[in-house]
Amino acid sequence: MKVHEYQAKELFREFGIPTSRGVLVEAPERAAGALEEVGLPCVVKSQVLVGGRGKAGGVRFVRSAEEYHRAVDEILGMDIKGLTVERLLIDEAVDIKQELYLGVVLDRSTKQPRFMVSAAGGVEIEVVAAETPDKIFSMAINPLVGFKGYHGRRLAAFLHEDPAVRKQLAKVLAKLYELFMAKDCSLAEINPCVITGAGEVTAIDAKLNFDDNALFRHPDVAALRDMTAEDPLEVKAKEAGLSYVNLDGSVGCLVNGAGLAMTTMDLIKHFGAEPANFLDVGGSSNPQKVLTAMEIITSDDNVKSILLNIFGGITRCDDIANGLIQALEQRPLEVPLVVRLTGTNEDEGRAILRKAGIEAGTDFDQAVQQAVNAARGA
Amino acid sequence: MSIFVDENTRLVVQGVTGRDGSFHTEQMLEYGTRVVAGVTPGKGGQKVHGVPVFDSVAEAVEVTGADTSVIYVPARFAAEAMLEAADAGIGLCIAISEGLPTLDVMRVYHYYKAKGLRFSGPNSPGIISPGKAKVGIMPAHIHKPGHIGVVSRSGTLTYEVVWSLTNAGMGQSTCIGIGGDPIIGTSFIDCLAAFEADPDTHGVVMIGEIGGTDEEAAAEFIAAEMKTPVVSFIAGRTAPKGKRMGHAGAIIAGGKGTAESKREALEAAGVPVADLPSQLPGLLKAKLG
Repeated sequence: MKVHEYQAKELFREFGIPTSRGVLVEAPERAAGALEEVGLPCVVKSQVLVGGRGKAGGVRFVRSAEEYHRAVDEILGMDIKGLTVERLLIDEAVDIKQELYLGVVLDRSTKQPRFMVSAAGGVEIEVVAAETPDKIFSMAINPLVGFKGYHGRRLAAFLHEDPAVRKQLAKVLAKLYELFMAKDCSLAEINPCVITGAGEVTAIDAKLNFDDNALFRHPDVAALRDMTAEDPLEVKAKEAGLSYVNLDGSVGCLVNGAGLAMTTMDLIKHFGAEPANFLDVGGSSNPQKVLTAMEIITSDDNVKSILLNIFGGITRCDDIANGLIQALEQRPLEVPLVVRLTGTNEDEGRAILRKAGIEAGTDFDQAVQQAVNAARGA
Repeated sequence: MSIFVDENTRLVVQGVTGRDGSFHTEQMLEYGTRVVAGVTPGKGGQKVHGVPVFDSVAEAVEVTGADTSVIYVPARFAAEAMLEAADAGIGLCIAISEGLPTLDVMRVYHYYKAKGLRFSGPNSPGIISPGKAKVGIMPAHIHKPGHIGVVSRSGTLTYEVVWSLTNAGMGQSTCIGIGGDPIIGTSFIDCLAAFEADPDTHGVVMIGEIGGTDEEAAAEFIAAEMKTPVVSFIAGRTAPKGKRMGHAGAIIAGGKGTAESKREALEAAGVPVADLPSQLPGLLKAKLG
């Protein structure tokens, strides 16, 4: 799960990481009050859950009240990569002497939290990594040992010459690690972390990603989820316990298991069409899930045919068939349906479908070809 | 031979009295797996399908000599169950449970590593050595004893591939679901190394998917260390970037973990990569000569 910059900064402050001071504005009439509180000059920053806000014109430095109000008017409601800006962070302008990058990510290959730091902050770290990798210093932390003083000193020494700045940086890095571990992050990033003219270290941007599997033990973090930034069909699917990703193609698919669902998408493409979605109905055989899944798929107008692909293991083909029949009774289909059933109780499942006039196949490739042809013919 | 589990495996089922644990205990017993004990704290003294239940893994090991454990414990308690298995001297812990917090699994990983023990999963279908032992949730009837090793990050996609191998007359030595999470205990390389050392495994099917760089690392290992032929399939060619595709680990992040990158690495290592899972038996036959 991702959170907005202003939310991440609140967590930073909770953990003792110094940040720039700002006020959130959600409606234009709040803009004047925010300006009074923050003062000029300041920075008007769109709060959207995508990268590249600056390049898209969603971040503006303003010197006068006139510039400020124009920026608020223009940025609030702006579309950035398909997301509407509904919140602004009015942030104090910080006297920037130097911009650094500080980040912790979960390193999948060594299975440890890994610090990445660079004195070339303020730009995307992927770009720095690709063009000037020697400007990045990286260090993995054994989670059973934790972040120690020497880790902080070593990282800080790479970043800066001045002993007073190094000391502050080491402290910020320790706090960032503490936050990463305490809140089950998958990414904690300060870009840029600035050194001010007065030699103080401050986070002027903040990015935190959290592990969805751990949200049960962080109700404070779970409460930060911004539903408006998510696809409504994906929200509905999540609530029903389904994994669903909305795509642009014409063949809708309902599959059991994530790997098989991805492969079904790949085969749709291989046989000449595009998948309309990823949908893993999960390991259980709850007919209600099939019902909701069918509702979600059919509410996408791009869908020209539907492929139901089940390899029964834990999932029983007869349960899936029952769910499908219920779904069709509630909402008859307007597009062709292709069913492929194989595995546990496939004969029972096929018999149930036959009564409703649906002939289920067993071959994966054949079923995908049929669904692709049906979508093209429609 | 086979790898990781066989007819000598003495299995303890953690979470044995739960809905999944109880159901799959019965299924595993039916297959012939030596399920010697079950564990559910507070339910010691009971029996599940004739299997004695203990309050702790330590007791189960002491009384029954269990050497392998399988975890059906709900996600939020599963990491602790894995640690308990390690402390009880279990040499191999197979975690089926899905939805464990990643940082919990990370800590478990380093604890196991320090003790020199192995776990596989979590979020996995388990391990089966056909005809010898089934530890997990995979449907038994699709497998057939033989000489092909299968290793995969997926569940049902693995069944699909195993079924097509069986239909093509190619039985399996061992099939391992290593799990769909970002941090897992047993990697592709661990399994490939074990298959390479197993004289009864004549060929290997490796089923990867988007996310992480384990397939790329495996490709290097295959090129440098393996004589056993390997063929592969990578799921997720059409997956969009930055979106989690069901599995917590199946995400293309920061431009890394694409199906193309994995395919290129494998092909460069001399591993044929199938466009469709149904092509795998043919590719393998060609490789085996």
